[in-house]
Amino acid sequence: MKYIDEFRDSGLAQKLAAAIKNEAQGARPAAQPFRFMEFCGGHTHAIFRFGLPDLLPPEIKMIHGPGCPVCVLPMAKIDAAIQLAQRYPLTLCTYGDMMRVPGGQRLSLLKAKAAGADVRMVLSPHDAVMLAKDNPSREVVFFAIGFETTTPPTAVIVKQAQALGLKNFSVFCNHVLTPPALKWLLEASAEGADGVPPSDGFVGPSHVSAIIGTRPYEIAATAYGKPVVITGFEPLDVLQAILMLVRQVKAGRAVVENEYARAVTAEGNVKAQALMAEVFDLRDTFEWRGLGWIPHSALKLKDAYGAFDAEKRFALEPSTAKENPACQCPAILRGAKSPEECKLFGTVCTPENPIGACMVSSEGGCAACYSYGRRKDE
Amino acid sequence: MTQRFERSLDIKNGRVDMTHGSGGRAMAQLIDQLFAKAFDNPALAEGNDQARLAIPAAGRLAFSTDSYVISPLFFAGGDIGSLAVHGTVNDVALSGAKPLWLSAGFILEEGFPLADLERIVTSMAKAAQECGVQIVTGDTKVVEKGKADGVFINTAGVGLIAEGVDLSVHNIRAGDAIIVSGTLGDHGVAVMAQREGLVFDEPVLSDSAALNGLIDNMIKSGVAIHALRDPTRGGLATSLNEMARAAGVGMRLNEAAIPVRASVRGVCEILGLDPLYIANEGKLIAFCPVAQAQTLLTAMKGHEHGREAAIIGEVVEDDHAFVEMTTTLGGQRMVDWLAGEQLPRIC
Repeated sequence: MKYIDEFRDSGLAQKLAAAIKNEAQGARPAAQPFRFMEFCGGHTHAIFRFGLPDLLPPEIKMIHGPGCPVCVLPMAKIDAAIQLAQRYPLTLCTYGDMMRVPGGQRLSLLKAKAAGADVRMVLSPHDAVMLAKDNPSREVVFFAIGFETTTPPTAVIVKQAQALGLKNFSVFCNHVLTPPALKWLLEASAEGADGVPPSDGFVGPSHVSAIIGTRPYEIAATAYGKPVVITGFEPLDVLQAILMLVRQVKAGRAVVENEYARAVTAEGNVKAQALMAEVFDLRDTFEWRGLGWIPHSALKLKDAYGAFDAEKRFALEPSTAKENPACQCPAILRGAKSPEECKLFGTVCTPENPIGACMVSSEGGCAACYSYGRRKDE
Repeated sequence: MTQRFERSLDIKNGRVDMTHGSGGRAMAQLIDQLFAKAFDNPALAEGNDQARLAIPAAGRLAFSTDSYVISPLFFAGGDIGSLAVHGTVNDVALSGAKPLWLSAGFILEEGFPLADLERIVTSMAKAAQECGVQIVTGDTKVVEKGKADGVFINTAGVGLIAEGVDLSVHNIRAGDAIIVSGTLGDHGVAVMAQREGLVFDEPVLSDSAALNGLIDNMIKSGVAIHALRDPTRGGLATSLNEMARAAGVGMRLNEAAIPVRASVRGVCEILGLDPLYIANEGKLIAFCPVAQAQTLLTAMKGHEHGREAAIIGEVVEDDHAFVEMTTTLGGQRMVDWLAGEQLPRIC
């Protein structure tokens, strides 16, 4: 298959793996492997799906980061969405993975739906607007989540709803931004805070970078001395990025490199950025699962679009639910623990019965590790 | 016989209404002028509440039932009618039986166009004829509008297993080769693409087909086939996990050997789905000793539904009953059970 097979070539993968081994072997004492964090859940998924750990030498240790859009949303936000769907006579639309994430009292949107709430899975936010247009007497709310990748489509539907003059459509906006989370990780890692391990560099997001470009990552290199290599989701992309990171670290360099030049530019998608700036404002602060409250890390609808803001249209009580204290999702999301270090992993918490968000989304570290990575000798 | 009904059924413009399920004259007319006419055979023509059937030879009966609920009802490469025949014929034939008779139960939604119902019934009749089975008994119920999704069909099937044929998941053992009869994911992707209005340069057609002819060829090859299974809902991965657990063995797959059409892979890449978990309706998985696998493969390739058959892995000893795979890059990964529905990725 053109444009895919080229990035899954077994021979090239073996050559890249050999080159990584060559560069890494003997460069560090055995107890101090190169530690790279893949920020994005798509990379975590690709690493496990293609069995890349078997190709990497022991000198390379990959740490899974907070880049799963479903995982980083705190329980309070899930509870708020469930509250919206249960308390008001409305239709709540959202992406599929979001429906299975447990909120407080082990309730999820999927369970709320089974109990009678009108919750629908959509493949695209456009479907939610069309639902509102076709059912003018029914309130429709789109539960919007995700990083910069899914934000422009939400901006488009808000403008669409305005152009259509819809009175029955709103967005529960929970879009979050990548650079503030990366900065939080860099600071925590530099200070050894919150268990965040020291990292030698970052595998930078691919789809997010297609929107925001490579420049927002420069702070990692200039202020924290950490190299970043933006790369695609294909296995050869990931291996190439690891090789580039090892080479930078060995040479004592720290710059942002772009392995994914076929989709990412320094400026990113300027049109999408303009659209986001037109529709959204920065929130003062926003809670991330695992990372806590991070200033200016999320978006809300501008006042000019207040008519489409579900938070303004519906009164929501703050959730008092608490995370299961045994669930290590927060530590896993900030790279402080690996999924296998959680006592619930694979026993109480499985994809069929997820306790934490990381076991729900296919991009979550626990789900990827459980579904692809278990071995009978472990 | 005199005309039993003053007016014939208005199939072109008519719709299913509550009287078609009431047990009265309207229902009798629907059965006479649509179902019985399309499925015409001596057992059905007797008009009893049951089909009386002479068992043609000694042997064991294979008996299976399945209900068919699909949206859209008509899809690229098939429809709910042919699917309801193929699916149950396959379930019977996978035991090595020759499928003989089917029942057909319809749950119809009030307001469903009779023309569409005729299309479905005609398709069922054609599918049954092609795979050599008769639809000998049936049932019709009508539910109020909004309480169903057009048409639901249940079919049950009976077949006869010849002496000496014993295909069962419990025969699977370490050292067996795992063979699939062709490309995976075609049905699921065809239905999904149509449901979501996705348009591709190369349309993906459902693989819905009856496999009894192919299975007949396989049995005639003389190979000691241990078990057969059709990877329908949940796809190859789910079927292999079910079988590994039931047989108490592990399985090792080779990703590079698993046949998937480029167009199906393309759709899966776009949506973030894995073809190993996508439904098939005209494919089977076969297990036989590795030493005989090439002979079986040749027999399969000699049939139109087995042209793209491939050996994709082998059965190994493993108390965990894990299904594992060597990826195209040479790494190892689990091929796990599907948890819930496979969902398109978010970004």
